[in-house]
Amino acid sequence: MRFWRLTGFAAALAALAAAAPAHAERLVVSLSAHRVLINSSFTGAEPVLFGVIERDAASAARRGGYDVVVTVTGPRQEVVTRQKQRVLGVWVNARSRTFSDAPAYLAVLSNRSLAAIARADTLQRLQIGAARTPMASDAADDPATDAFRAAFLRLNREHGLYREEANAITFLTPELFRAAIELPANAPIGNYEVDVKLFADGALLARQTSAIEIVKVGFEQFIASAAREHGLAYGLATATLALLTGWAGAVVFRRD
Amino acid sequence: MEIYLPIADLPVNVFLLFAMGIAVGFISGMFGIGGGFLMTPLLIFVGISPAVAVASVASHIAASSFSGVIAYWRRRALDFALASMLLIGGILGTMTGVWLFSILRTVGQLDLTIGLSYLTLLSAVGSMMIVEGLRAIARARSGKPADIRRPGSHTWIHGLPIKVRFKQSKIYVSVIPLWVIGFGIGFIGAIMGIGGGFLLVPALIYLMRVPTGVVIGTSMILTLVTMAGATVMHAGTNHLVDVVLALILMVGGVIGAQFGARAGQKIRGEQLRLLLGILVLLVGLRFAFDLVLQPDELFSLRPIEGRL
Repeated sequence: MRFWRLTGFAAALAALAAAAPAHAERLVVSLSAHRVLINSSFTGAEPVLFGVIERDAASAARRGGYDVVVTVTGPRQEVVTRQKQRVLGVWVNARSRTFSDAPAYLAVLSNRSLAAIARADTLQRLQIGAARTPMASDAADDPATDAFRAAFLRLNREHGLYREEANAITFLTPELFRAAIELPANAPIGNYEVDVKLFADGALLARQTSAIEIVKVGFEQFIASAAREHGLAYGLATATLALLTGWAGAVVFRRD
Repeated sequence: MEIYLPIADLPVNVFLLFAMGIAVGFISGMFGIGGGFLMTPLLIFVGISPAVAVASVASHIAASSFSGVIAYWRRRALDFALASMLLIGGILGTMTGVWLFSILRTVGQLDLTIGLSYLTLLSAVGSMMIVEGLRAIARARSGKPADIRRPGSHTWIHGLPIKVRFKQSKIYVSVIPLWVIGFGIGFIGAIMGIGGGFLLVPALIYLMRVPTGVVIGTSMILTLVTMAGATVMHAGTNHLVDVVLALILMVGGVIGAQFGARAGQKIRGEQLRLLLGILVLLVGLRFAFDLVLQPDELFSLRPIEGRL
């Protein structure tokens, strides 16, 4: 991990040196890893993002300093949210709501609270924050008060898949920052967009994107794709394995 | 040591799973049952989704029942003719069960169905076993012999048509109740992730008058084929069988069963049945609590597959 952080840092500095001239602030970002591999010992990963704010002579002085918001959005998926109700004394899944393009993972990282970085209408317009991320659903609802939407966000936060961290970005110098993107063990495979936004005095100055890909590798990849694509053969192989294990048990522990 | 389960999609401790396999294997060896009714709930309680638990336990039961079938085959304590009649119903039952499983999963009522089925089945069977065990112990105390098989007492089951003579079991019965029993066991096995041995053995003894000597081995043939079939069908339709999970459980289960079988021989039959009854009832009650008590979390999420 330390190795990756150092190489990421070096890459960021190299990018800084090679940067082209510009008239206002410009963002240069670099990730310590663009691919995260899930293998049998996977318990989560923490790729690190480094960013440099480039200024030139035309850049105005920013008395309030810079603010950075990093949004990491996982693959979109269709998710059913179900609510249990008591029916005849038993708790039963009753009502449901389907969100058709909800990100499977969403991290909103910033150097201080979003409210302190920009006004609410700016955040709303730029769709910053889990509650402000658009998610189409199968019923007309008011995103601010809807119980299903609130439960959806809360459950994803509890599972570590939605995170909003107001202190996840550290400024190493006034113009150099780093952010650790925590990917939990249950982060689904797929492409993750990394969107870096630079603010000063409540206004968006620059924006830069990157991406991370989470892939299953080796044995896990083989098993997962075999189960999905060749279900029948996979089932036959598992059943054969069961018979072999059972037979081995009968032979090894033969009592008569 | 944490290992990432590729289908269940979560990391679990290998030693915990292995220990569960051994513990359930021990109990299954001790009582001569598959142990699915314990293993599936245990997996659900450690956080594996009920659907993956049911589908993966099927292969675990197939492994332990195959061990059992080999052991009984060496002693020639199997009735293949009887088993094949049960299997006709069993395979159909498993297919119907897997089909219903997929439907319930789509409409979001699978977990509830699994919970309710466990509650009803285990409470009923557990209570019956406890009552029966207590009676048997009382009989043994008073010195009267146990009367399991009364040749003269025929029920309406023996009046059904298509009668066949099963030489090994020395019975002459209609195949219709055998198909029905096989179907029922295959059906609930596929939905609940149980082999159904603890239901099938009493059914064959009390309803069909199958002698106790061949009943366990014969019921294990049905369990073996329906559970191996359920593994293949669950893998082919729902893609929920986790082979890594299944393998750890299988190995643990097969080892545990050997020690359980030895321990079982040291305890008397009536006491064994009473113990099993209490165990079954406790698992059933655990499901009752989960269903009746207000859950901490009323909402649940489930991604719809194929849209990633």
